[in-house]
Amino acid sequence: MTEPLLRVRDLKTYFVTEHGRGTARAVDGVSFELHAGETLGIVGESGCGKTVTSLSILRLIPEPPGHIRPGSVIEFEGRNLLALAPPDLRAIRGNQIAMVFQEPMTSLNPVFTIGDQIAEAAIIHQGLSRKAARARAIEMLTLVGIPDPAERVDHYPHQLSGGMRQRVMIAMALVCHPKVLIADEPTTALDVTIQAQILELLERLQAELGMAVLLITHDLGVVAGQADRVIVMYAGQVVETAPTTVLFDGPLHPYTEGLMAAVPRIDAPKSRLQAIPGQVPAATAWPSGCRFHPRCPHAWTKCKIEEPPLLGTGDHTARCWLVLEPARRKPTPAT
Amino acid sequence: MTTTPPPLVDIQNLVKHYPGRPPVRAVDGVSLTIAAGQTLGLVGESGSGKSTVGRTVLRLQEPTSGRVLFDGEDVFALATGPLRALRRRMQIVFQDPYSSLNPRMTVARTLREPLEIHRLAPPAQMEARVTALLEEVGLDPAFAGRYPHELSGGQRQRVGIARALSVEPRFIVCDEPVSALDVSVQAQVLNLLADLQKKRSLTYLFIAHDLAVVRHIADHVAVMYLGRIVERAPAAAIYAAPRHPYTRALLSAVPEPNPRAARARIVLSGDMPSPAHPPAGCPFHPRCPHPKKNDRCRTETPALRVTGEGPAHLAACHFAEEPM
Repeated sequence: MTEPLLRVRDLKTYFVTEHGRGTARAVDGVSFELHAGETLGIVGESGCGKTVTSLSILRLIPEPPGHIRPGSVIEFEGRNLLALAPPDLRAIRGNQIAMVFQEPMTSLNPVFTIGDQIAEAAIIHQGLSRKAARARAIEMLTLVGIPDPAERVDHYPHQLSGGMRQRVMIAMALVCHPKVLIADEPTTALDVTIQAQILELLERLQAELGMAVLLITHDLGVVAGQADRVIVMYAGQVVETAPTTVLFDGPLHPYTEGLMAAVPRIDAPKSRLQAIPGQVPAATAWPSGCRFHPRCPHAWTKCKIEEPPLLGTGDHTARCWLVLEPARRKPTPAT
Repeated sequence: MTTTPPPLVDIQNLVKHYPGRPPVRAVDGVSLTIAAGQTLGLVGESGSGKSTVGRTVLRLQEPTSGRVLFDGEDVFALATGPLRALRRRMQIVFQDPYSSLNPRMTVARTLREPLEIHRLAPPAQMEARVTALLEEVGLDPAFAGRYPHELSGGQRQRVGIARALSVEPRFIVCDEPVSALDVSVQAQVLNLLADLQKKRSLTYLFIAHDLAVVRHIADHVAVMYLGRIVERAPAAAIYAAPRHPYTRALLSAVPEPNPRAARARIVLSGDMPSPAHPPAGCPFHPRCPHPKKNDRCRTETPALRVTGEGPAHLAACHFAEEPM
């Protein structure tokens, strides 16, 4: 087995809440590995900790109120990013590990041209001259499919559509040819036809540049189409992980099953949607035992008391006691 | 075939232009009907004009021209008094449950306000009415004393639905009611809307950008592009055999939660043009991937016409019958 590019081990990122009344355990013991060239999808609903996980990797968590707990490990090519001095971290951030955010309007600086913003990282990290960096910016705009790149390079963000801005964000992230691209909901703010354009672009660029992608999304459809492996997060933890086809063929965790049944489909017979009752609990008060037990149709006494570890064999594991006691699974109600 | 009853909502050639040079043609001649007890799904991307249709039908905005008949009454011809009475029968649920509730009002006050304005309950019965409404939308009556910031997104959307229901409307415009919600909560709210429709014989205009969501609730679907209807059909027909190239592209672009699905994504080039500068001819022609596209598409605006899939399946494309 080759060494992973990125290894996250027992990551805990906590936040002190507003009035100091509690601690939000937003990410609470997350471990995973990202290998060169692969796409790993992290899927989950609001408040599950997926974005905090991605921000923690680049140490973009505002401290205070947030802090990454001692004992957490984030290794990039064998170096613990959490132990690096700020200049060493800066040499990696935006250079070897880059990030694309959800909201292209708020992530671009409105008072600089898009060319300047793309060129910035090339000047800082690769020591390019202004002129060479501008040429690189035009090259990047061409790569991400922006028409008339030599003209567009001098445009400001407000002159571009949402889809074009997201292309600019991707150009910015890729200008230094990073080994890892973290894409946090890169298409969520876009219309479906524009989303299709951006997903296709990311696929093409990944094949051309050979980078690894950590794709964070709430959309099971996006994950199914793009990811090689999937991590499902709930309540600050990884609750299931498997290769994409294995996960969709036979999810083990009732939360994963619930999510899949809740998605409206256009490719299956129309039927009543299976909603998951209740809602994601607050990060300041995760339930005892299995954090999903209050919403789980199969839960029994043990689930309320004892927290399950990730159970299972090989590359498919789930944080659920049903893996050990499958006979406890209740039949799905007929609808 | 049974005779169709007259529609509850009859939208005739609705136009809404916003002033400007040139004017923004947000809605540019939309005609739709919705039969009582049915749901019309109105689908389109940002800037297609779908929300403007919803708001103008309720006369929350004045139209530029056109007519809307609600149960035979001309909505745009009504004076203030009769319009207010009509509003009791037509309600709206908004997309954003965060900005559509007054943060200074408790849930109870939010629900009492329409009851008081329309004098629908004597003060002595108010509390019972609020309790009944909360129970109907699946919220614990204890929520009555809470403020919006104390509620989750799904709970707020339930309050928004309860507020719309409070005046016992016949027709509700649901403007992207589940777009801001997580998928598990989205399913709860969609099921709630379906249950309420059945129980109260409600008629919905369900506006959404998500074709998969619309499929689960709509009897008929209309697809909008640049202020116009480009296709309209019974829901089953539009998903099984879309006729307009834009509808085909939209459907193919929906990411399916099935990694084994054979993907034949039609990726459209470019963005939707500005409604201030709609292209000549067919408004979709600059992005249209149809192999038969020709000069006619660039000059002649196609009419919404029957495409041979039954009288209710209409598409505005010169080549709707041709395979793609």
